[in-house]
Amino acid sequence: MPHINLPEGLQGIRAAMAFRPETAKPLNELAEVLLHAPNSLTPGERELIATYVSSQNDCYFCQTVHGAIAAAHLNGDEELVKCVKADFWSAGISDKLKALLVIAGKVQQGGKHVTLADVEAARKVGATDIEIHDTVLLAAAFCMYNRYVDGLDTWQPHDEELYRQRGKKTAKEGYITMSQEYLSQEKHA
Amino acid sequence: MPHIALPEQMPGISSAFAFRPETAKPMRELAHILLHEPNSLSPGERELIATYVSSLNDCYFCQTSHGAAAACHLGGSETVKQVHVDFRQAPISEKLKRLLVIAGQVQRGGKSVTGAAIEAAREQGATDIEIHDTVLIAAAFCMYNRYVDGLATWQPQDETMYAQMGAHLAREGYRTPSIRPRHES
Repeated sequence: MPHINLPEGLQGIRAAMAFRPETAKPLNELAEVLLHAPNSLTPGERELIATYVSSQNDCYFCQTVHGAIAAAHLNGDEELVKCVKADFWSAGISDKLKALLVIAGKVQQGGKHVTLADVEAARKVGATDIEIHDTVLLAAAFCMYNRYVDGLDTWQPHDEELYRQRGKKTAKEGYITMSQEYLSQEKHA
Repeated sequence: MPHIALPEQMPGISSAFAFRPETAKPMRELAHILLHEPNSLSPGERELIATYVSSLNDCYFCQTSHGAAAACHLGGSETVKQVHVDFRQAPISEKLKRLLVIAGQVQRGGKSVTGAAIEAAREQGATDIEIHDTVLIAAAFCMYNRYVDGLATWQPQDETMYAQMGAHLAREGYRTPSIRPRHES
């Protein structure tokens, strides 16, 4: 049971966003810019960062839905997503993404954990300032989304196929378009 | 030295916002709705929640600037200091004390929030939307704080500057920059 009276039948962050559409709007706009808008990091790479941080924060809904979106961007490679969560060093991803995942993991522990050495290591394998910036903000933002989803104790059904289908659709449509599915519902306040 | 080449002479989150205006826009909007727009929790109460979470996250820039905004709303900095030292002894409502307990739990992690803490807040009159907003304010400051410190932004220890920022934030909210580069002002 969620801690507050959220709309029924909506999973995870969707219920919280439908409860408070005013804050849902900037929350979706931020996700759209960070994860879906054109960027020198591919959408698949950015979704892997989001999935990794959500798994470090132990948020079932976020790591499953973003893992599904990542897989959809990566030709359905669900094994790669699992590998990044379990041990990204052994995953078939670029050295640049590995170095950025180190930074994301530090941000998850706390902003002050990020070291100059971490940043230099990422730069050495080709990360640009904006890629480092976006990695820090992605990790920070998922420390918000994860806490929002679990802090309200939202409904998070374990249904892999549901997340797989939603992942495919979100990978294609993005976050703002997808939000129309649940923000048009009646406001519960 | 910041970890990346941020605009100079801009403190804390201002420099990161100037570096990446595309993400600054929704982040400003979120802060404006949560902290400044009309709400059954007063702006001073919401700024105290933001300040408390930022102090738990040990973010100097955020706790000082939001502490200054809270002081402006509350007509003095004494309550801000007392909340910082021990909010249970501070001259604030029982309801706000119980919302601060929830905010502190969110800071540790979403799953740390207990049903008992929610019930305790409800007993003191907290509504669902107030509990929602408390959870989201605390979660959002776990983002803002990590953003500010994760980029190692410039955070000068300059009381006058934070007092000016706090006054601007209390008056205007978060949609427009509260500070400009010094050579422009």
